[in-house]
Amino acid sequence: MPFSMNFFFEVLIGGLLSGVMYSLVALGFVLIYKASGVFNFAQGAMVYFAALTFAGIVDAGAPLWLAFILAFLAMVVLGVLTERIVLRPLVNQPQITLFMATIGLAFFIEGVAQISWGASTRRIDLGIQDEPIAWLMDNYNLNVSTFDLVAALIAGMLVGLLALFFQKTKVGRALRAVADDHQAAMSIGIPLQHIWAIIWTVAGFVALVAGMLWGARNGAQFALTYVALKALPVLILGGFTSIPGAIVGGLIIGSTEKLAEVFFGPYVGGGIENWFPYVLALLFLLVRPEGLFGEKHIDRV
Amino acid sequence: MFYRETGQFKTSYAADQQFFPIRQDRIGIALLLLVAFVGVPLFATDYWFSAILIPFLIFSLAALGLNILTGYAGQLSLGSAAFMAVGAFGAYNFILRVPGMPVIPAFLLGGLCAAAVGILFGLPSLRIKGFYLAVATLAAQFFVVWALTKFGWFSNYSSSGVITAQDISVFGYGVDSPMEKYLLTLVIVAVMAVLAKNLVRSNTGRSWMAVRDMDVAAEVIGIPLMKTKLLAFAVSSFYCGVAGAMAAYCYLGTVEPDYFTLDLSFKILFMIIIGGVGSILGAFLGSGFIVLLPIFLNITVHPLFSLLGLDVSTAVASNLELMVFGGLIIFFLAVEPHGLARLWQIAKEKLRIWPFPH
Repeated sequence: MPFSMNFFFEVLIGGLLSGVMYSLVALGFVLIYKASGVFNFAQGAMVYFAALTFAGIVDAGAPLWLAFILAFLAMVVLGVLTERIVLRPLVNQPQITLFMATIGLAFFIEGVAQISWGASTRRIDLGIQDEPIAWLMDNYNLNVSTFDLVAALIAGMLVGLLALFFQKTKVGRALRAVADDHQAAMSIGIPLQHIWAIIWTVAGFVALVAGMLWGARNGAQFALTYVALKALPVLILGGFTSIPGAIVGGLIIGSTEKLAEVFFGPYVGGGIENWFPYVLALLFLLVRPEGLFGEKHIDRV
Repeated sequence: MFYRETGQFKTSYAADQQFFPIRQDRIGIALLLLVAFVGVPLFATDYWFSAILIPFLIFSLAALGLNILTGYAGQLSLGSAAFMAVGAFGAYNFILRVPGMPVIPAFLLGGLCAAAVGILFGLPSLRIKGFYLAVATLAAQFFVVWALTKFGWFSNYSSSGVITAQDISVFGYGVDSPMEKYLLTLVIVAVMAVLAKNLVRSNTGRSWMAVRDMDVAAEVIGIPLMKTKLLAFAVSSFYCGVAGAMAAYCYLGTVEPDYFTLDLSFKILFMIIIGGVGSILGAFLGSGFIVLLPIFLNITVHPLFSLLGLDVSTAVASNLELMVFGGLIIFFLAVEPHGLARLWQIAKEKLRIWPFPH
């Protein structure tokens, strides 16, 4: 196919906007990792659960806002239960143990989600048009979907909100203290367990937003959990502890995978979208293991 | 009363270093092998062989491989299924392209191919660890399956992507029936388990454990990190590769990339968590548990629910299985992080002083 600048930009923008979705999922990972040092593999399952719950409640005839609140409540319950049942018995275990526990948690949540709402794909209609923006189409001949743009805006707002929450509120300050040093935070009287429950709830909220947007795009289906796996290379690129890192990483992964698929994929038979981000992250790790915005880690014996 | 090592004195180094220092253990293992080699083939049905025993042995071998890497060398891997796939396709291509290739060497060569791929994807472990490495092995998982699907050479340009495995024979004797396949699997698994047991208590195994416990400290006392880690990747992938080849030839009867998915990798990881991380016995216990659990659930859940007057569809049953798996993982990590193998050890200690514990 002849290379055209216009087409290149179209792919790039499409990739960037889908990268925003990855960022949203990665954001949930970062929140939990920052506050509790747990690498939450179940984030993808949480996104799936949230999307299915939302869709299920809407299908039952509730208006969107009510469904949103109910789904959020479900995520709160999930977060609190996770803290109570999974994290509390595992406190002071090595990180890798906690990581494996969240893999178990992921399976559990997937099972619960499918038992309660069925395994079939559910449509989510948020009332946002998924059509090219006429103005960009007419003037620059670029095909950019309204929906993608709205999704990007929502993601941006969410990041702003979280930044405010972390910097300005008392809970946010406590969260940052816990992230910095568990022991010190506990010694000045921050209730660690409450903080964890809160952070899982916030991550649940992010998962809900991500799930609604992904679900509106592709339907709330099991494949969401695989999409969420893509958040891992995003984290590696951005650094595990950085919220801006999650956003930038998501944009890089989203755009490079689409560009690679469109321009490089045809030479090797296509489908490279599925592994390209991982290999990219792998190569990146060799150069800069702490990620773009991560903190440098020094080992002591 | 019966399980007591009193009076068993060691008079030579060889006696001190043997596999099972206690006589009762030796008798137990001998009995177990006798049952496995003679008793089971006499009494088991074809269903037992092909639905329970063969997958149990194959998964045990794969879990053994992962346990070497994760349990002994401390490198978490989510790509075991990919290495199994490499082993399966390696064996397939050797048998296909080398005339007169005997089966067992083909399995081993398949394992060697997997080892080579394992070393390649193990290279990042020199710079990264923990879940960073887990992501690197995810790259292996997705890349390998994609490459095996996309490049026709691997599957001999089969149009469907599903290849029927060739008939196999050992020393001119055809291995067709489930029982013969079971015996072939059993021999390979038994030999490789003995090798693994020996390996982990050798110099190599001790270096692995040192690296697992703290790699910086291990390096300081003079353990070459690169060699040790890559060796762990190579040996682990070799075991997984052989397991994959056997899965294709002795269990599935087909060679297909779609079998070796991420879910299979997780399954094998669950086996070692439930069985016991860093234990040879644990690999077998975990594999047995995971193979039997769905069957057990199938048998128990349906009558249970029909008692309550509920009808359970297969979808619900499989989701229940997911939940039970997930729940068990969390349960084991919280309550018994060393898994079933540790329970067995505790049982043995209790047994030593039974029936007079004071």
